[in-house]
Amino acid sequence: MTAKDLQKALRQNIRDYGMYIALIIIMAIFTIATKGIFISSRNIANLLNQTGYIAVLAVGMTLVIVIRHIDLSVGFLSGFLGAIAAVALVNWHLSVWITLPLVLVLGILAGLLTALPVAKLGIPSFVASLAGWLIYRGALLMVTSSTGTIVIPDPVFTAIGNGYIPDIMPATSTFLPGLHKLTLLLGLVAIVWFILSEIGARKSKQAYNFDVPPLDMFILKLVFIAVALGLISWVLAGYNGMSWTVLIMLAVVLVYDFVAKQTVLGRHIYAVGGNPDAAELSGISVKKITFIVFGSMGFLTALSGILFASRLQSATPTGGTLFELDCIAAAYIGGVSAAGGVGKITGSLIGALVYMSLMNGMNLLGTDISLQYVIRGAVLAIAVIFDVATRKVKRG
Amino acid sequence: MNTPILEMKNITKTFPGVKALSDVTFSVAAGEIHCLVGENGAGKSTLMKVLSGVYPHGDYTGDILFEGKVQKFRGIADSERTGIAIIYQELALIPEMTVYENILLGHEIKKGLTVDWNETIKKADEMLKKVRLDVTPDAKVKDLGVGRQQLVEIAKALSKNVKLLILDEPTAALNEDDCDNLLALLLRLKEDGVTSVLISHKLKEVIKIADTVTVLRDGQTICTLDAAKEEVSERVLIKHMVGREINSIYPERARETSEDVVLEVRNWSAYDPRLGRPVLKDVNFKLRRGEIIGFAGLMGSGRTELAKSIFGNPDGYEISGELFVKGSPVHLRTPKEAIEAGIAYATEDRKGNGLILIQDIKQNITLANLDEVSKRGVMDQNAEVKAATGYKDALNIKTPSIEQTVVNLSGGNQQKVSVAKWLFVEPDVLILDEPTRGIDVGAKYEIYSIMNKLVERGMSIIMISSELPEVLGMSDRIYIVSSGRVTGELPIAEATQEKIMHLATS
Repeated sequence: MTAKDLQKALRQNIRDYGMYIALIIIMAIFTIATKGIFISSRNIANLLNQTGYIAVLAVGMTLVIVIRHIDLSVGFLSGFLGAIAAVALVNWHLSVWITLPLVLVLGILAGLLTALPVAKLGIPSFVASLAGWLIYRGALLMVTSSTGTIVIPDPVFTAIGNGYIPDIMPATSTFLPGLHKLTLLLGLVAIVWFILSEIGARKSKQAYNFDVPPLDMFILKLVFIAVALGLISWVLAGYNGMSWTVLIMLAVVLVYDFVAKQTVLGRHIYAVGGNPDAAELSGISVKKITFIVFGSMGFLTALSGILFASRLQSATPTGGTLFELDCIAAAYIGGVSAAGGVGKITGSLIGALVYMSLMNGMNLLGTDISLQYVIRGAVLAIAVIFDVATRKVKRG
Repeated sequence: MNTPILEMKNITKTFPGVKALSDVTFSVAAGEIHCLVGENGAGKSTLMKVLSGVYPHGDYTGDILFEGKVQKFRGIADSERTGIAIIYQELALIPEMTVYENILLGHEIKKGLTVDWNETIKKADEMLKKVRLDVTPDAKVKDLGVGRQQLVEIAKALSKNVKLLILDEPTAALNEDDCDNLLALLLRLKEDGVTSVLISHKLKEVIKIADTVTVLRDGQTICTLDAAKEEVSERVLIKHMVGREINSIYPERARETSEDVVLEVRNWSAYDPRLGRPVLKDVNFKLRRGEIIGFAGLMGSGRTELAKSIFGNPDGYEISGELFVKGSPVHLRTPKEAIEAGIAYATEDRKGNGLILIQDIKQNITLANLDEVSKRGVMDQNAEVKAATGYKDALNIKTPSIEQTVVNLSGGNQQKVSVAKWLFVEPDVLILDEPTRGIDVGAKYEIYSIMNKLVERGMSIIMISSELPEVLGMSDRIYIVSSGRVTGELPIAEATQEKIMHLATS
């Protein structure tokens, strides 16, 4: 492959890979600037755990934006549901195994409630969810008003945001000492599974005579992602291994990505986003899809509330502040389109990682908080401009 | 009276692949009421867009002379400044604003930096008196009926010192009283020296009011008739409007229809709560197995509304009447239920509400019947590819791959994707709304051939079309719709363009 071919291939695929490249560049800059602290096992583990609650929100928000809506209520709803979890555990003395499903179900109900005026009356989701934003903010203050911050002592609950998956062999064993073996094994499984599924997909495309990227590009991509997966699991294994937060985050991304790409429901969601009138005339109930997408957003909001409260081991009166805008920013950095119908679940994960890497890296550097906001805003603007500009490039 | 105020000479305007106007000459004498008539797609609206500057100078060839001077309009603002005002069927008023705000919108009377509201109201009141509209200037436009809104629109044009007033189908949405009122106003304005151009499908009102009539057909000026010399009659106008030979662009088909009625509509009326008026009145029709029925009529006559009201009523009309599918009464509340009952509807606006342009051919074809290519909610990619490839081949969709995004296809191929999508649900009744709009002759022939194959296999087709030759060439029977009513039913042996036009304009 000549340099020209590579250039052409890059230009054609820049939209798909642009965010990965941006993430690598950002990480490289911080690694150099912090003299390696950024890329250390401890910090990467920390970064991924920080990303968890924003990433699950960004996944849900991506689908909300895909169907041409927005949900501003998720920030304080997340804080409120975290507080409900705390109250259930501490004041009501409920078991953690009852508390978790309870909070998740409440989240779904809250999402459906937001969808009600949107789907039934055609109220703009911006307004409906802004009302939710105010209501849940008040509700959060009410719940925490008597006690202030509620400390959660439950060990199972706090493990969700702070614990790590157990290992198959003790860390002191002679085989790969100091590394978390199960994490490495999971990484290896992921690499093998990824390569096999990519080869399978390519073969089936070729069987139908579809365009596939040139073989050298394909191998380059496989090697690149395999190395990336290997590195991440190696780095994580060097600290405490994979955390429950990362496991949950990856599970959410995998399940949602599957639903979005491989199921009838996913098709219906993207059809409604691409052209709601055409979808309705194709026998798809736009209302039903709106309820499902907002319900899923509520579910993920509850999950994010659990992750956050668990990580802090407490519920605070300010929990969830600005989460909604953070996850919207992450979704847009991840390439979702406000025009509807376009946006990948994996993109929202990368968007969340880009966004949280910026925060994490600048905190390590001790950047002033005021400057941090300016830089985060600039990155968001650049990402969206880049997205719009590359969308005009025609394939061919 | 004979000096022309407007002359359009040798106007030619092409769109990619289509010549919309070809060497059109259009001349309006000062002080007259000049009517412009022609079938849908004859080029009337395009001509007016050239005149008003919507298509700016340089987008077309030919000259526009207004009051003897060559004009090179770059936009609507230019033509308005010269004294030309166009009032479209869709009114350009802002419903939430008051009458006086609307009348002087865009050329507000100022006192220093602020709007002089007293002067504005006074001026608006004057204009309202001119059009004899009896409303207070501070009424909100949304509270007025369509007829009165039209008068506000005219008052707005008058306030700009209009010399040439162009009305594009102003009476289409009006009831009889409002129509008469409007026509009387045009006659009064004529006495005040305002020249009017009226575009209308209603030939009776044309005959009543016109001094001169120009007929356009297929983007060309056919003739200009002088009412004073008694050249204008309904028969003459229709002859000039349609005067086209049906040639053999319609593939042959064995026309044998069974007596099984697959779809029947009885006493079907619909009221559109958003427009606040009825869109269908007491419609009755039957569709037999293996039959193509044509619905002819002018734009806005209610044919699309009829199709949608049958197809699960997605626009939320209030409907009364009975619908029978294969003899049993049904009540279809959503498009999904209509699809399940065996009805499919390919829309007239394939880009607007037919296809999902940002998705690929495969995804569009399978969208309405994903159950067929999935197991327990999970897509079976291979089955989907197989199904889509089958339809691509059967309908000869020209594309390198079924993963091509639909937005990149030509109009004809997009239409084939739209048809393929509905064939994939295997309906008994296929409603095709303007199936050949905006596609070239070759693709039209292919669509016709597909239709013939389908009815030979026992499917029944309702074809809504504004192109009379197409209706006559393809249908077994023809229903004519006008103002929400079926005004006639013609077996194909008795149907002629003249008869249809007569019923469609009645």
